[in-house]
Amino acid sequence: MRKRHTTKDRLITVALHIALVAGLFFAAFPIYWMLSSSFKSNTEIFALPPTILPKAFTLEAYAAILGDPVKLRFFFNSYFVAFAVTVLTVLIALLAAYGFSRFNFRGKGSLNTLIISTQTIPPITLLIPFFGLVVSYRIFDTYTALILTYLVFTLPYAILLMTGYLNTLPRDLDEAVAVDGGTSWTALWRVIVPISLPGIVATSVYTFLLCWNEFLFALTLTKSTSMRTVPIGIQLLMGQHAFEWNQMMAMSVLGSLPLLLIYLIAQRFFLAGMTAGSVK
Amino acid sequence: MTRQKRSRHRLKRTVAPYLYLSPSLVIIGLLMLLPMVTVISYSFQNSAVLRRDSSFAGLKHYQAIFADPVFWASLWHTLYFTCMSVIFHMTIGMIFALMLNSDRINPTLRNILRVLYILPWLFTAVIIAVIWRLLLEPNGVVNSILMQLGIIGSKIEWFSSPETALHAVTFANIWAGYPLFMVSLLAGLQGIPKDFYEAADIDGAKAYQKLIFITIPQLMPIIISISLLDFIWTMQVFPLIWITTGGGPIYSTEVLSTYTYKLAFSSYNLSQASASAVVILLISLGLTLFYIRYQKAR
Repeated sequence: MRKRHTTKDRLITVALHIALVAGLFFAAFPIYWMLSSSFKSNTEIFALPPTILPKAFTLEAYAAILGDPVKLRFFFNSYFVAFAVTVLTVLIALLAAYGFSRFNFRGKGSLNTLIISTQTIPPITLLIPFFGLVVSYRIFDTYTALILTYLVFTLPYAILLMTGYLNTLPRDLDEAVAVDGGTSWTALWRVIVPISLPGIVATSVYTFLLCWNEFLFALTLTKSTSMRTVPIGIQLLMGQHAFEWNQMMAMSVLGSLPLLLIYLIAQRFFLAGMTAGSVK
Repeated sequence: MTRQKRSRHRLKRTVAPYLYLSPSLVIIGLLMLLPMVTVISYSFQNSAVLRRDSSFAGLKHYQAIFADPVFWASLWHTLYFTCMSVIFHMTIGMIFALMLNSDRINPTLRNILRVLYILPWLFTAVIIAVIWRLLLEPNGVVNSILMQLGIIGSKIEWFSSPETALHAVTFANIWAGYPLFMVSLLAGLQGIPKDFYEAADIDGAKAYQKLIFITIPQLMPIIISISLLDFIWTMQVFPLIWITTGGGPIYSTEVLSTYTYKLAFSSYNLSQASASAVVILLISLGLTLFYIRYQKAR
């Protein structure tokens, strides 16, 4: 049944497109402003009236960030911690997910509920005992402290995501290995892992994002400038030179690059991970 | 297979799942369940961690918190911040999802807009905070636009006046969080069978009737579970508020997480902070129980 294009119909279409543009302005203007400010000089950022496009396009803010070893170190720390946690999380979660997906065992239901409920534990609640632990084990201000504490928050999501993925794979595959006399361990590595790559990628992407975005633990469990991650670096930058807005914006752009790139390259995996919280 | 072999095989099948789960369980047990017990025990000690005095303090720290007007103000701000955020995340997410799902726009435009509408989601809380500080600077672009349009007469210090600060951080959080709803609802919309709408068309239903009697009821499970999760997560927000206002001015944006953080790491009163952290934990657990019940009933 096709509708005829009446005047009213056309009016609705026009109104919809106006609303879409308004929505676009709401969603994207703040980001556009960050991007354009990062290419402006500091005086131009507060010029009246505001300049929508940088009038005097400059890369000075980026040069200031990329030429400063202290700031580069923030980036190194963020990448290092995020990669380490991602590798560990994916490995450990893969094993757990395999257990959940391929075996029936006593306590399965309650363990699953436990893992779902750990997703909602407030970070601030764990922060205080973590601080106590980290101080008493003398790992305050180290990578180990960050990696261990991040693991606790990435693991539940990763297990749920991976279990969900493994459940979609037919069981005949690993049963074939069992018939040939192989163990479940062989089935995991020979059969399951090679065909689980999409699930592993989605899990890695999401884990990486969680780590990259983490703020509270990095703020509290590290102290020296050389141990700080990008989010803390941005905060420090704000404290040090309160008026270097172009540098703060440049650092924010650089700090958002991994997420933007992952999103543009692997949108499907990204969305799978980001909506993971709402899966069963 | 001999009988012996078969029984060994069965034994393996019983033990194996626990082995696969053991690394995760050790980590969750040691780094999540144990610390929860620890924080509860800290809250009953006279002075935990620093100046260690683990003698029993009874409910002293809880009483101190409940007698503190800043705690109640923080609770109220948290509620306001969270409720407004969830309501607007849902509304904006719904409007955007419905617009993108409309067959009145061409598919290429739809795909481009979908990518652009998701943008706020890709930014870290700290970066969102910095962006909004720049936008809402007294000399910033928002004030300048609003003044040019004649909406406001003079520059407003959005984050540093007690009247506007809470609204401003809430607005920034609304902007940052709607894409979760949008993406989930968009997926939900695509899952509604087309014949529902066709049947409604035959009955001569109007667009708003289809929305109220088909679309919204079909999306209800998604709306409820995402709202609950969003509520739990928004309640715990820390970096956005920490960077934009730090809880100020004069406690006007203090929320439970910043309140607890300051108790612990500015006043170094870790026992009292633990008591406050336990209160947050209890609220979260209550909501989580509700969420899990709901998911199981589905």
